[in-house]
Amino acid sequence: MKKCFAVILCLMLLVVFTGCQPAVSSAPEPAPAPEPTPSTSPGEEPEQELIDDFITLATTTSTYDSGLLDYLNPIFTEKTGLEVRVVSQGTGAALETGSRGDADVLLVHDRTSELRLVEEGAFVDRYDAMYNDFIIVGPADDPAGVKNVASVIDAYNLIADGGFTFVSRGDDSGTHRMEERLWDSAGINPEGQAWYLSIGQGMGDTLNMANEELGYAMTDRGTYVAMKDNLDLVIVLEGDPVLFNQYGVMAVNPDEHPHVKYDYAKMYIDFIMSDEGQNLINSYQVNRETLFFPGYGLE
Amino acid sequence: MLRLYEGIIEAFRLILAFDPALLEIVLLSLRVSVIAIFISTLLGVPLGTLLGLKPEKRTRLINKIIFTFMGMPPVVAGLIIYLILSRQGPLGVLGLLYTPSAMIIAQVFLATPIVTGLTMVGIRAKGSEIEELARSLGAGSALAAWTVVKESRIAILGAIITGFSRVVAEVGAVMIVGGNIAGRTRVMTTAIVLETRKGNFELAIGLGIILLLVSFIINSILYNIQRGGKAN
Repeated sequence: MKKCFAVILCLMLLVVFTGCQPAVSSAPEPAPAPEPTPSTSPGEEPEQELIDDFITLATTTSTYDSGLLDYLNPIFTEKTGLEVRVVSQGTGAALETGSRGDADVLLVHDRTSELRLVEEGAFVDRYDAMYNDFIIVGPADDPAGVKNVASVIDAYNLIADGGFTFVSRGDDSGTHRMEERLWDSAGINPEGQAWYLSIGQGMGDTLNMANEELGYAMTDRGTYVAMKDNLDLVIVLEGDPVLFNQYGVMAVNPDEHPHVKYDYAKMYIDFIMSDEGQNLINSYQVNRETLFFPGYGLE
Repeated sequence: MLRLYEGIIEAFRLILAFDPALLEIVLLSLRVSVIAIFISTLLGVPLGTLLGLKPEKRTRLINKIIFTFMGMPPVVAGLIIYLILSRQGPLGVLGLLYTPSAMIIAQVFLATPIVTGLTMVGIRAKGSEIEELARSLGAGSALAAWTVVKESRIAILGAIITGFSRVVAEVGAVMIVGGNIAGRTRVMTTAIVLETRKGNFELAIGLGIILLLVSFIINSILYNIQRGGKAN
């Protein structure tokens, strides 16, 4: 009986180790320019050799949950052979993941931090990839009367003055950082107020809680549109220029982390920034609404 | 490795700083888990004793169900409680979602099968002998059952400790039904998840170490009670 158990244990260990093998052997590979073909130049047909490898993309929950990456990445994989492994986190965590060299390429939305980190040398080749916008959602009867105002500052003042429930991501994500900046410009410190629920969770969780608690929330349009059918929340404010949200794509600096697959990361960036990639972003729709617009959105 | 080392430093810094926000999180963790395990004990020990004293043949199906529920994924338990307490759910009118009460309910749901199942196993080990002996000495069935519980208290305490370990370390269910609201339903495990996602790994490890220390203290108390039981 004991022997049998030991045999099973050995088999299990064997499976575990062999299972890990590809990841272990390929991860630290410096990938010294194996096929440094920059992706599609417009003229030639991309009849390049397919690469049997993968890259790790650290990104935000919003790009992943909206389904955009499930739309873009298979096309990239088809063209290059490279599999894209997506780690979706808050922007703060994604930037940390990248800075630690645990990813090859990033698609995030906190322009200020991104530019700072590029300057500090953590990342290279940053481009303004696309943008979308934030909206404020709330209960259909809009008890705070946010629908009557056009600016976020006014809206936040109405919510704070009336003490209406507001659910915040509170997770240091790009969305949360933007929400904090807007509270700041409204001259309100909501932290610790009874009506302000800071939940430290993703956008979807935040919308679910706002829905349950009959509260307000600031959300990216994509997540709201994707979840709309299951929510009673309605858009109470949109279109204020401060609600604009820029996404950047950038590679982890190979000088800092020699093991990252910089060449492959660059191929992904080239793909996103190519005419084809930008058109694909523009053509992606959920519930017949375009969620992301290509390029740089600020005037 | 540096991060881990920094995490240990951070844990001591947090303890020494005696941060009120942290204290609140620790106390809420303890309050929720202790109340949950108390209720689970009230439900699970009598039920486990009852089942343990019955012939194994007659409780086979119930045994299997209880053992299955012992392995219930916390996220699933959380989701079930969430759907019951949600505004559209059958108990939505109570307004319990995103409160510590909801977290206690979810943890009772998780811990009761564990306490019940392990009590049952412990009682079955020698319960019928003791019961027969007690009855032969003239005890009624209630007194006989009480004698069995008393004589099996080491196993029962083991069941309670296991149940407590489950709930105090659990994150999936309390995240869903509590919502991790700062100052309201944020407990140690959900705070650790949050700090990890924010990229504050040192703080997350620090909180993890504090959680382990708190568990160690609680378990030491229970262990001493259990040993006391053995010594008698």
